[in-house]
Amino acid sequence: MKANERLFTISVSPHLTTEEDVKKIMWNTVISLIPPAAFGIYIFGLYSLLLIITSVVFSVLTEAVFLKARNKNWRQCFDGSAVITGILLALTLPPKFPLWGIAIGAAFAISFGKQIFGGIGQNIFNPALVGRAFLMAAFPVESTTWTAPKGVDTFTGATPLANWKFNHIMTPYKDLFLGNISGSLGETSVIAILIGGAFLLYKKYIDWRLPLSYVGTVFVLGGIFWLINPHKYPDPLFHILAGGLMLGAVYMITDMVTSPITPRGRVIYGIIAGVFVILIRLFAGYPEGVMFSILLVNMIRPWIDRAIKPNILGEVKK
Amino acid sequence: MNKFTFRGGVHPPYNKITSNKKIEALPLPEVLYVPLSQHAGKPAKPLVKRGDVVKKGQKIGEADGFISANIHAPTSGKVKSIMEHPHPVFLENVPTVIIEADGDDTWFDGYGERKDWQERTREEIINDVKEAGIVGLGGAAFPSHVKLSPPPEKKIDTVIINGAECEPYLTADDRLMQERPEDMLWGARLIKRAVGAEKVYIAIEDNKPKAINSIQDALREFDDIELRVVKTKYPEGAEKQLIKALTGREVPRGGLPMDVGCLVHNAGTSIAIYEAVRFGKPLIERVLTLSGSGAQGKGNYLVRIGTQFSYIVGKTGGTSGDIKKVIMGGPMMGISQYSLDVPVIKGTSGILLFTSKEVKFHEPYPCIRCSRCVSVCPMGLLPLILVDLVKYGRLEIAKEQYGLLDCIECGSCAYICPSHIPHVQWIKYGKSELRRKK
Ligand code: SF4
Ligand code: SF4
Repeated sequence: MKANERLFTISVSPHLTTEEDVKKIMWNTVISLIPPAAFGIYIFGLYSLLLIITSVVFSVLTEAVFLKARNKNWRQCFDGSAVITGILLALTLPPKFPLWGIAIGAAFAISFGKQIFGGIGQNIFNPALVGRAFLMAAFPVESTTWTAPKGVDTFTGATPLANWKFNHIMTPYKDLFLGNISGSLGETSVIAILIGGAFLLYKKYIDWRLPLSYVGTVFVLGGIFWLINPHKYPDPLFHILAGGLMLGAVYMITDMVTSPITPRGRVIYGIIAGVFVILIRLFAGYPEGVMFSILLVNMIRPWIDRAIKPNILGEVKK
Repeated sequence: MNKFTFRGGVHPPYNKITSNKKIEALPLPEVLYVPLSQHAGKPAKPLVKRGDVVKKGQKIGEADGFISANIHAPTSGKVKSIMEHPHPVFLENVPTVIIEADGDDTWFDGYGERKDWQERTREEIINDVKEAGIVGLGGAAFPSHVKLSPPPEKKIDTVIINGAECEPYLTADDRLMQERPEDMLWGARLIKRAVGAEKVYIAIEDNKPKAINSIQDALREFDDIELRVVKTKYPEGAEKQLIKALTGREVPRGGLPMDVGCLVHNAGTSIAIYEAVRFGKPLIERVLTLSGSGAQGKGNYLVRIGTQFSYIVGKTGGTSGDIKKVIMGGPMMGISQYSLDVPVIKGTSGILLFTSKEVKFHEPYPCIRCSRCVSVCPMGLLPLILVDLVKYGRLEIAKEQYGLLDCIECGSCAYICPSHIPHVQWIKYGKSELRRKK
């Protein structure tokens, strides 16, 4: 036995760890994005696939360059998180967005949305939405030029929200649910998004409190306005089915890095974001509110995390 | 049956592979290494010197002050020397009485069944426990007589016998409850009398159906004691979590179980207390689990205090495979060892030999704020924030606003973290820095 002396590893407990790691979480999240991505490709054509690929390639490439420059292990660019950002960015853009445009957007998302904060886990804003907001400002025309799905005959290709806001046309619920409508590449089909969301819930990668409080707030607040004036405001069901709300609720408000760490904090976060959606949709000159609502709550998230803490066991209750 | 539990916690692979292995007494080693410090509190003062002849159970170390415990000779023989020797808890060597066994294993004179043991009074019980040098056998090794003597203003109404044994691999308490349920219940009854409690609960996790059955059967003779089955979840057996699960009471921050009228003793301790009261038997041996993929003779063994780990491993068939880690205690809170030279002490609930099967190296990754550590923390802390605060030296904030000192170091956070961040290491470091700065 003496021969074994000091051969053993010394470490602080615990001596067991879960099999789960960051890579698995990220790549499984990539898998969860397949249903909305595949549906987008199916209804808008193969160009959409090209858009997604371009976005992913430039996200990962930008990540690698930054990791290298910051003297980190550049292979971390394959941890899956940059892939998620790349896909998400593509899913929020019009299906015919120029390829070079999305390349710039992806590079911007990773560099200014993630790496300048210190890389994975450090960013305040959802990187994909940072990229989306940048493209919105840099390419206002391309960012709002919609195309109708193949074989669908809408006269302008306008999105359901724009149709409601500017043309006073309501899209049927069934179309909103199935997704045979115009809109961003990955936002049109509620059912495809819900399938991805169910997978994420099953894997426990997302906390149901976030989408529920977010969508719930939009529903309730949207409903209140609709009750006040049903001619002016859309009904609550339309609110939650149309536009990017579902995509945002399943894949963006749930982003681990940028959402609060406590259950109570998350509910508050979701509610505030939901309020923003309604305010923007109903009172701003812009039909969609999801992107800005999430970027805004991202901004106040650190404050929520400081203010809301769980009860420590044995804390004197007031 | 209603099952009790707490908030948070994790489900590590339990690997209770030795749950069906009968407790086996190992033969007596030739040399025993009995450290004078085996408990929380001050080390005992040696009562013997080199060359002294000692009997089995003879007191060889005297408790130094109230929070300390007596130490006894595990067998009869001669004191070879008192010297510094490796210890499984302390990193440096500590004063240790080294006893050469004479092989006769003769008891000291005071040993033997007492006729009045069932009627021992509260003072007598506490004194028996104190004399026997009993400490918590679950691992923390807090002197038991101290727990049995709360200040008069703290009234204890509930005694909990902790048979949860929530640490993976360990089955020593499980076996004791299967094999010696009456002894354990008698111990529980004596503890109840010692503190004048009204209720006694036996808490067992629902992954030990045999122990539950055996206790249930034995309980027919003990209508003053109740069985409470708790959910299998780590750390169900942590004192504060168990109290919360069974009584709904929360031990106040920085407080003790007696602040909410509770007293928790481990199942093994309960048996030790019974033996001390009935036979005047000091704590000179204990049951421990030998397990892990590197152990040939996985099982539950009754061994003398002071037996070297190497002896136990050797007597049970040796090792298999390349041992990467040796752990005293369970895998969640146990202490890793440099060598197998260290002796079994009163708090040694298990010896785990881990090979590359259990020991995985994970490169730490940046925190992705997944907040799993938050949802599993049984104390309601924010482990990811604690790590950051300690890292950047903001200890006062960590203590005042984030409850650094409330952490029970259960390791649930580090276990569940997908980035493999060693929270407990940071938290322990932060606590020791706080102590140093005082
Ligand atoms: S479990 Fe690990 S990665 Fe997740 S929030 Fe806690 S420290 Fe960060
Ligand atoms: S912070 Fe402490 S009490 Fe909470 S899970 Fe981690 S080790 Fe356990």
